[in-house]
Amino acid sequence: MPTKLAITGAAAVAHAMRQINPDVVAAYPITPQTPIVEYFAQFVADGVVDTVMVPVESEHSAMSAVVGSAAAGARTMTATAANGLALMFEIVYIAASMRLPIVMPIVNRALSGPINIHGDHSDAYAVRDSGWIQLFSENSQEAYDMTIIATKLAEREEVLTPAMVNLDGFITSHGVEGVEILDDEVVREFVGQWEPKYPLLDIDNPITHGPLDLFDYYFEHHRQQQEGLKNAYKALPEVFAEYEKISGRKYDFLDLYRMEDAEYVMVVMNSAASTAKYVVDELREKGIKAGLVKPWVFTPFPKKEILEALDGRKAVMVLDRAMSFGKEAPLYSLVKSALYEAKERPMMGTYVYGLGGRDVTPTMLHVPFEDAIKGELDPNEERYLGLKE
Amino acid sequence: MPKYDSWKEMPIAGVIDKPATAREYNTGTWRIMRPIVDKDACINCMQCWLYCPDMAINGKVKEDGKTEMLGFDYNYCKGCGTCAEVCPVNAITMKPETEFLK
Repeated sequence: MPTKLAITGAAAVAHAMRQINPDVVAAYPITPQTPIVEYFAQFVADGVVDTVMVPVESEHSAMSAVVGSAAAGARTMTATAANGLALMFEIVYIAASMRLPIVMPIVNRALSGPINIHGDHSDAYAVRDSGWIQLFSENSQEAYDMTIIATKLAEREEVLTPAMVNLDGFITSHGVEGVEILDDEVVREFVGQWEPKYPLLDIDNPITHGPLDLFDYYFEHHRQQQEGLKNAYKALPEVFAEYEKISGRKYDFLDLYRMEDAEYVMVVMNSAASTAKYVVDELREKGIKAGLVKPWVFTPFPKKEILEALDGRKAVMVLDRAMSFGKEAPLYSLVKSALYEAKERPMMGTYVYGLGGRDVTPTMLHVPFEDAIKGELDPNEERYLGLKE
Repeated sequence: MPKYDSWKEMPIAGVIDKPATAREYNTGTWRIMRPIVDKDACINCMQCWLYCPDMAINGKVKEDGKTEMLGFDYNYCKGCGTCAEVCPVNAITMKPETEFLK
């Protein structure tokens, strides 16, 4: 029987990690990820998991230790946020190119500067081309579920790609809400035993990991990474379906909210989607055909699904919780590019919101809908929600 | 690493899935200067063999106990010129690889 607990998102993720029982966790605490590592360290100290916990002196070391451990053949996890992820950056790419199925919850936080420890998506966007699978979660329940799903997906033979599970800093990580925790055995059986493809510790079959790869094969190995992500795209519906069987919770590339006949569609990721759903409900009560698309999967980017969901709608407003200075905001540019082949291209608008933890209110999220209804969207004008103009 | 023609057949992640494959790595392709030995001038002192950083000098010990310099292993000779430099009788000259292009 699943247990319902009133816990924070960080605790929910730590419980998922406890049930997955990885062989090694190497991590460094960084706000707002710290409680994940704290809760997990407690599980290790209490002996409820048999994980080797490596407390390192920086995130660069954390990711390095994790790469070494995963290459050795251990099921390995870490967690980080913002500047910690930035310090890992070099090794983040290496983990992906070495095809090590590491799972790493990212508690999304502003990447600074000026110094800021609150939530936005600049950290996740910064590593969007690193070759990791990137899943996003609206609340603690989804963060818990996605951690388990990510483990199953990353370790599939045809995928073998590390995965990040994103949850919003403080909002999800520190906010307490009801989370349904599956039985330990159910999760254990779902993720199964990790059988590494090229374990360094298999002394009967000596291999070399991470050799020099110059102009002779580097290109080919990148092509293989692309294949890994294509395969992840193919495998995701299957993994989601398997997860639905054990949990009853249905996931997909996109969370489509009141989309059947929607004309005005907001696209937004993570916790702000909850506020957006509330706003959609308010608009529906007034008879306005509002809808919401929330990508659960950001990498591999579900281009086809976005096109199918948005083709023929009146207006699409994409909300980004980070800027891409001098360019279009990341999610917006991807959604816009997905709509290139639309038969009936919707009007589009791009909005930046909630930077550095700025509050996101229903009043604020009404603005893009109002702009759309008035026919005042401009695809080339980045607008700001909650900015002191 | 063995030769692969397609990204589809090579092991992922650059993993080298068997030991001692460095022997198959032909570092001689890096060479831009090629050492050539004049066997008439060579006194078979084996100074070149002693100093070669790549074990790219072939040689043997004959039945009478004397050494003989046999030439170069061009699969591994990177053309550093150390052999030419240490040769006491200037029997080795370095020639540009372009002279040997077909």
